[in-house]
Amino acid sequence: MSARPILLRGGRVIDPARGSDGVADVLVADERVEAVGRNIGEPDGAIVVDAANLVVAPGLIDLHTHLREPGQEDLETIATGAMAAVAGGFTAVCAMPNTDPVCDNQGVVGFIVRQALRAGKARVYPIGAISVGQKGQQLAEFGELVGAGAVAVSDDGKPVMSSHLMRTALEYARVFGIPVADHCEEMTLAQGGAMHEGIVSTRLGLKGIPAAAEEIMVARDILLAELTGGHVHLCHMSTRGSVELIRRAKEQGIRVTAEACPHHFTLTHEACEGYDTNAKMNPPLREAEDREAIRQALRDGTIDVIATDHAPHHYDAKEREFDDAPNGIIGLETALPLALTELVATGLLTLPELLLRMSTTPARIFGLPGGTLATGAPADVVVIDPAARWEVRPEEFHSKSRNTPFRGRLLTGRAEMTIVGGRIAWQRRGFAGAPAQ
Amino acid sequence: MSAPSLGKDLVGLEPLSADQLRLILDTAEPFKEVSERPIKKVPALRGKTIVNLFFEASTRTRISFEFAEKRLSADTVNVAASGSSVSKGETLVDTAKNLEAMRIDMVVIRHGSSGAAQFLGQRIASNVINAGDGKHEHPTQGLLDLLTLRDNFKRIEGLKVAICGDVLHSRVARSNIWGLTRLGAEVGVCGPPTLLPRDVRELGVTILPRIEDAIAWADALNVLRLQLERMQAGFIPSLREYNRVFGVTRERLERAPKELLILHPGPMNRGVEIDSDVADGEHSVILPQVTNGVAVRMAVLYLLAGGRPGPGQAAAGGDAA
Repeated sequence: MSARPILLRGGRVIDPARGSDGVADVLVADERVEAVGRNIGEPDGAIVVDAANLVVAPGLIDLHTHLREPGQEDLETIATGAMAAVAGGFTAVCAMPNTDPVCDNQGVVGFIVRQALRAGKARVYPIGAISVGQKGQQLAEFGELVGAGAVAVSDDGKPVMSSHLMRTALEYARVFGIPVADHCEEMTLAQGGAMHEGIVSTRLGLKGIPAAAEEIMVARDILLAELTGGHVHLCHMSTRGSVELIRRAKEQGIRVTAEACPHHFTLTHEACEGYDTNAKMNPPLREAEDREAIRQALRDGTIDVIATDHAPHHYDAKEREFDDAPNGIIGLETALPLALTELVATGLLTLPELLLRMSTTPARIFGLPGGTLATGAPADVVVIDPAARWEVRPEEFHSKSRNTPFRGRLLTGRAEMTIVGGRIAWQRRGFAGAPAQ
Repeated sequence: MSAPSLGKDLVGLEPLSADQLRLILDTAEPFKEVSERPIKKVPALRGKTIVNLFFEASTRTRISFEFAEKRLSADTVNVAASGSSVSKGETLVDTAKNLEAMRIDMVVIRHGSSGAAQFLGQRIASNVINAGDGKHEHPTQGLLDLLTLRDNFKRIEGLKVAICGDVLHSRVARSNIWGLTRLGAEVGVCGPPTLLPRDVRELGVTILPRIEDAIAWADALNVLRLQLERMQAGFIPSLREYNRVFGVTRERLERAPKELLILHPGPMNRGVEIDSDVADGEHSVILPQVTNGVAVRMAVLYLLAGGRPGPGQAAAGGDAA
């Protein structure tokens, strides 16, 4: 049975892929965008959504999500993660391979794809491992991973320390036209570090991770991308030095793309004061000048996309000594609101520019469907209220985990409805534009 | 103006005001005398239950706290948890909540992780005293160093104190920096750059590149213990070279323009960071530091338990209740 057509009436329709921005109707049917224009007639049986004063845009795409399944279903499952995704305006997420077992073979890739279909919320694209077991030695079977549905490879969480392995991965990935995503961290410099190395780590007596630990690997990866002609995608960039290296590489035409996370453009290492383990993440929160460099890089495109690095952890794993607490925060349900508040409301980015960084460009660099409202594109749509004022209450999240440093923060803007493949995957309770049932 | 109090916990010297620091030091003065009596006991903490929760090996600090508690008539229990709470399989917060369920009044905690004392203090109603947390703070050591300096110079303000050695890994250094700067002393740090923390200048200290610079500059040297494992971790080439370049030796001290007071938090590595003839020399106050340790710990316990400061509170056997 095909879904009923959905007509989104009178919203501000922004499609960065086509450079369009104006009040229009959007009609989706048969899982596709059917039409975008003024005064579209209402098809029989259509669901009509009043999008007046709201933004209608291609669904957000997250290139960096940890869904924890298989292996750590107590933290998150593909179903709960995909639900959190649509509640945050994401219609597709890319799942990092550091699961248990590791996503280094077609069996695990296929399992993730099936679980995502069963959940029926956001699309989930698996990212395969670079190396067997993420052990940093033997290349995983990229051909088999891609055949089963993987869209990229990464050993995320475990930096690729061997330059030889990174070189061969970049070369071999060219066969399949997929990017190699790297978590840039020079382990011998970062070893045992719990936060950014600076005045706050000095005061708190915590071992620091210097910015150079990231920048050394960014420089290496850029050189290897140049050497091999492969596409390197640099995960969660956090330092001013990384931004400068990427800027120079792009000027030279090297195939490098990069992402930054909302926490790195919002917070600094001062969030670790009081040993708040919800501010513990890797790469760590850096200094004010790093945060500013990340913001500017998102403005000028040196950093291509915003990604969440959504990393669920159980509350009692974070309820412990800072040194022993795990890294990471959840991000799917706060990414868009933080970006709207920190980047758009401050005038740094226009709304179309933000949507480029959160939808169109992610689709382009990982070669995914979506990221546009062009006729015939997948009917993946987000309806955003850019003016909604709300307070972050983690207990209301759809994610299984609650580890966020943004509890109690006042934000402006959020998703109100998310359509995936022509079906309403989620709408906010009390959404004013909701169709009459 | 009412007298300052310390609040519920003592997790570090960083949050304390100059008035609070002076309150503790002044309260410690009369407690010194208690330890000189034939019967070393006052009833101030009678009926109070204190747990000494030591997740790291410690001899001096643990014994010093225990004496302080016993001389105040508290009931004490020592828990030596070998290794971290993680290896025990019970989390720190569970351990603490179980102890609290036995209705205790205070916890003295020594832990290998920075922030452990604050973490505990935020989660239990009992008073928490930090007896050293990772590389963060060791406030009672800082206080006994302040008391020893004040005993010898009759002031803290305007003193020049050089903290020498492994500042990077030292909780003693951090507590000393906060306590000294808040009371108006000038603080210098001296050690190999590999063992100085990033941006340490922003703590308001002067960097003294060579031990000779520290000796020429300071009124007192606080010589930190060099942990032997720092060599394996690659921070210094060898203990021998460390002694040659950064050791506090009699030859170096003899070239100083004035006589320096020598402090060391112990335990010492004789012949590494400090030579024996300096440690045992006439300007060393290493043993008076240990004596003062009991007095400042009595003062902290007394004040946190709600005891009122005042001249002769201990001699009068003032009750904290």
